[in-house]
Amino acid sequence: MRGWLRRDLRAAVCLAYLAGLVLLAVLAPWIAPYSPTAQKGAEALADPSAAHWLGTDDLGRDVLSRLIFGAPASLYASFLAVSIATGIGVPFGLLAGLLGGWVDRIISRLIDTLLSFPGIVLAIGVTGALGVGLTHGMIACGLVFSPTLARLARAQTLVVKNELYVDAARCFGASTGRILLKHILPNAVQPLIVQLTLLLAAALLAEASLSFLGLGVQVPQPSWGAMLARAYTYIDIAPEQMYAPGFAILLTAMAFNGLGESLRDVLDPTMKRR
Amino acid sequence: MSVPLLQAEDVLVQFPAPGQAPIRAVDRVSFSVAANETFGVIGESGSGKSTLGRALVCLNRPDAGRILHDGADPFALTGRAFRAHRRNYQIIFQDPNAALNPRMTILDSVCEPLEILGEATAAARRDRARAMMDRVGLSGSYAGRYPHELSGGQKQRVNIARALTVRPKLMVCDEVVAALDVSIQAEVLNLLAELQGEFGLTFVFITHDLGVVSHVSDRIAVMYLGKIVELGPAARVRHAPLHPYTEALLSAEPSALPAAMRTRERIVLHGEIPSPADPPSGCRFRTRCRFAEPRCAVDAPAFREVQPGHFAACHFVDQLTLQGPAS
Ligand SMILES: Nc1ncnc2c1ncn2[C@@H]1O[C@H](COP(=O)(O)OP(=O)(O)OP(=O)(O)O)[C@@H](O)[C@H]1O
Ligand code: SF4
Ligand SMILES: [Mg+2]
Repeated sequence: MRGWLRRDLRAAVCLAYLAGLVLLAVLAPWIAPYSPTAQKGAEALADPSAAHWLGTDDLGRDVLSRLIFGAPASLYASFLAVSIATGIGVPFGLLAGLLGGWVDRIISRLIDTLLSFPGIVLAIGVTGALGVGLTHGMIACGLVFSPTLARLARAQTLVVKNELYVDAARCFGASTGRILLKHILPNAVQPLIVQLTLLLAAALLAEASLSFLGLGVQVPQPSWGAMLARAYTYIDIAPEQMYAPGFAILLTAMAFNGLGESLRDVLDPTMKRR
Repeated sequence: MSVPLLQAEDVLVQFPAPGQAPIRAVDRVSFSVAANETFGVIGESGSGKSTLGRALVCLNRPDAGRILHDGADPFALTGRAFRAHRRNYQIIFQDPNAALNPRMTILDSVCEPLEILGEATAAARRDRARAMMDRVGLSGSYAGRYPHELSGGQKQRVNIARALTVRPKLMVCDEVVAALDVSIQAEVLNLLAELQGEFGLTFVFITHDLGVVSHVSDRIAVMYLGKIVELGPAARVRHAPLHPYTEALLSAEPSALPAAMRTRERIVLHGEIPSPADPPSGCRFRTRCRFAEPRCAVDAPAFREVQPGHFAACHFVDQLTLQGPAS
């Protein structure tokens, strides 16, 4: 692991950034200079200053503090959505690919049906059923993402299950479970990992959309998505309000993607010791 | 007489082909293999050798007919019993690279069968795997390597070592050296010959190289488009073939003599092997047979015992004068 990070600068930078972000999220109450919800109407939409490094928002709240307090909500949101998408999508995809027949037909039909809905409509529908709130919103988001992962996992499984080494394992009497875990998953996982990191980034943005629609984090709690959504409403007066949450989302999404690309290389043994 | 280790009874294996009749890759094939025998199977590319080999170890289920292991149909077993039975019938594949999981180290691959069987402790399994690697001529320094770091010959040794860890009764060798450099083919063949005695193995030896198969086999089956056209003791098939296709294969062998001194002429098979999706009517070999007559397009010749233990499928098997191998 250490050797890998030393050789792969991109992975090291991305990991350091994400580790820093997690630390920030955990230590938010001790690090943030102000309360994220403290309003000072007189200082609304103030420019950056010594007192407010990133300025204040339309209600005079410190942007830096809201950004720091928004980190846990945003990270929680993307990990929750992606965990749910993985937990549902990958097993179904693997089973459909491996078993084929009617199992595959049912699962594939389900995947196609889910994919044919616009994601946001599905998410609104699910939040409607579960109730409004960040957790429910992200469960919805996970459901929306799951068919993408299921389809990818299925396609990968279809390729890998016909490999000769799978036949060899069968000849030794390997059980279906063993073949899935030891042979198919490790050889199918590479594009899945890359897709996961892309979804982490997409979930960050989805959180923003849902918060924008009032289905995500509830005011006055901060999250990057909520901040971005709010800034968008007065983009004509103060476009610079978009920068802080926008860059936070962008950088984090890039870190997820960068890590994904590095993982893709490191997970491929043919790239090692060359 | 004791029950043969392996029997194929009228085995048919077909693959669905979109928009047309299924491809009959193995078409009603019957033979039996006795313990400690080496049974050679020879045929051109696409004749169904690999499909037959896979069916023999239950990787393809016959669409008709039966495979019998020790007299019993393995497909009659279910679940755990079926899986436990499979160790006895192993296969070494044509492509040594594709047969190894690229994400497992060599040692993990060789250990896997023992792990599946749940034999011994992890440490004991590794010891046995290392011993087997040693036996097939692989240094222990490869244990932690990944398949892509090994040569084709080394990978094939890994496959052999892995199959031997479960002490199979029978091993199907599907063109095991075809993908290897000529320089190491002989080494691997010699290794297999040694192992046969040492482990009491029975071989089904698949190849397209008549030279290889006739030297190592006790009996030979000649396949053409999914059918066995001739089957008999290796020496008889080689020196007194009964089927025109076998004759052509023999004459195509490289000869030690210069052309002018050869007593027999080379029989050239015209055209490609027909597509198995649409085999010729009657005798499948008729499109390339130098003896073909109108009857051959109508009736499929029966596979019959022409001499004791020597079978062939040709209408005129008793009337033809065939030449032996190029000499
Ligand atoms: N999985 C499959 N699906 C469809 N057709 C197949 C499949 N496997 C084999 N076939 C077809 O069955 C026929 C026999 O193939 P097989 O691989 O058994 O031949 P072979 O004698 O081993 O040839 P080679 O010398 O090239 O290995 C071929 O026409 C091939 O295209
Ligand atoms: S049956 Fe006819 S075509 Fe077939 S091998 Fe005999 S002579 Fe040739
Ligand atoms: Mg083959």
